[in-house]
Amino acid sequence: MEAAINVALLVFLAGTAFSILRRTTLFSVVMLSGVFSLVSAALLVHLDAVDVAFTEAAVGAGVSTVLMLSTLALTSRHEAPSTRSRAIPLIVVFLTGLALVYGTLDMPRFGDPAAPIHQHVAPRYISATAQEIGMPNIVTAVLASYRGFDTLGEVTVIFTAGIGVLLLLAGTIREPATATKITAMDHHLVLRVVTKVLIGPILLFALYVQFHGDYGPGGGFQAGVIFAAAFIIYALVFGLETASRALPGRAVRVLLALGVLIYGGTGVVSFFFNKNYLDYSVLGATAQAGQHIGILLVEFGVGMTVAAVMVSTYYAFAGQNPPIGDEEW
Amino acid sequence: MVMDLKDALGLFNYWIVIVLMMTGLYIVVSRGNLVKKIVGLNIFQTSVFLLYISMGKVSGGTAPILTGKPEVFSNPLPHVLILTAIVVGVATTALGLALVVRIKNAYNSIEEDEIQNLDLAAENGVDEPEARQ
Repeated sequence: MEAAINVALLVFLAGTAFSILRRTTLFSVVMLSGVFSLVSAALLVHLDAVDVAFTEAAVGAGVSTVLMLSTLALTSRHEAPSTRSRAIPLIVVFLTGLALVYGTLDMPRFGDPAAPIHQHVAPRYISATAQEIGMPNIVTAVLASYRGFDTLGEVTVIFTAGIGVLLLLAGTIREPATATKITAMDHHLVLRVVTKVLIGPILLFALYVQFHGDYGPGGGFQAGVIFAAAFIIYALVFGLETASRALPGRAVRVLLALGVLIYGGTGVVSFFFNKNYLDYSVLGATAQAGQHIGILLVEFGVGMTVAAVMVSTYYAFAGQNPPIGDEEW
Repeated sequence: MVMDLKDALGLFNYWIVIVLMMTGLYIVVSRGNLVKKIVGLNIFQTSVFLLYISMGKVSGGTAPILTGKPEVFSNPLPHVLILTAIVVGVATTALGLALVVRIKNAYNSIEEDEIQNLDLAAENGVDEPEARQ
């Protein structure tokens, strides 16, 4: 049964990908890529990667679809028929694929507990987390503590990408006064009511995901995206100006940097106690309590930066002048 | 070489990963529309995520969250790597889309062929007066 679900989801994924390849209406391409993300999230749950599935569902099916639709509104809705030859790419892709399939023949079979990947550091993480970190979610423990350096690097990449988007689009943002008239969905009563009802629970859920990440699936990355989703949906339905009044763009840019600063700063504290960078054991009365405090702070920084990057990116896209009006969709 | 059903099932995840990866690559190479290229890159990216997570799965295992009972857990390490990679992925996708918007502003097109033609025309336009001098 498990294998059947696995095969079915994989086949469905491949079908969605082929469908994306064949469509020329960019609107359906973007919607299908949202479907693709959602199906892959389902597959990730099936593969026991609950934290990853959580992220993929929030990011792929939510924020990234909204960003792509914003881009379509600013560019074009149709793909021009390509004039170039398809034969060479097809041959290249086919040959590369065959070589890769040949490479898989030596791979350990799916689910094999004796595979090399399960022999190295993973058993150490699984057996030591309870005693060293003292939190049930091993993924959070590895993410924020054992591999804290790695995650700091990733957060910095997200921060840098956010700065890049702001630099690219900041010069072309138009006045917020005209933004309301075009973006706000004044005539969609149902959307407005449903959005108002939904925003509270979404924010509450984001906080739960943020602070419950030590015990269940969740953490700063997921919470940040969900938090941002609440503001993005608000900006989508009530217009950019209304959303900027609730959460000004300037404040978002401060939070953007502050999150990385909290993460980096938490690591610096260890220096004063003669410990290595990002060694949280000195932050509390016992080493375990210190780990808890350290992970909480670091995850908070992650959540702040991720949410700020998503919101400021959306603000930057929504602030552009759309050539396609709301009604023309 | 003879391969039975058990082996084929054991490698099926990797094969679909390769199919997705190649579909993504084909979209990036063969299509001229810049938004479509980014969607292609996303498919490629997701295939890599699935490769890692498939390798981390242990038969009969469960999600790596301690419950106090002795259990078999799937490998948490790929989960950590891919979890951060997804969020980095959306941030870089946003950067790519911002570039597309700027390209549209500058060229009034997001089709690679048209942009190249415009570039060529601009180059020739600059070259011609110089040639006459």
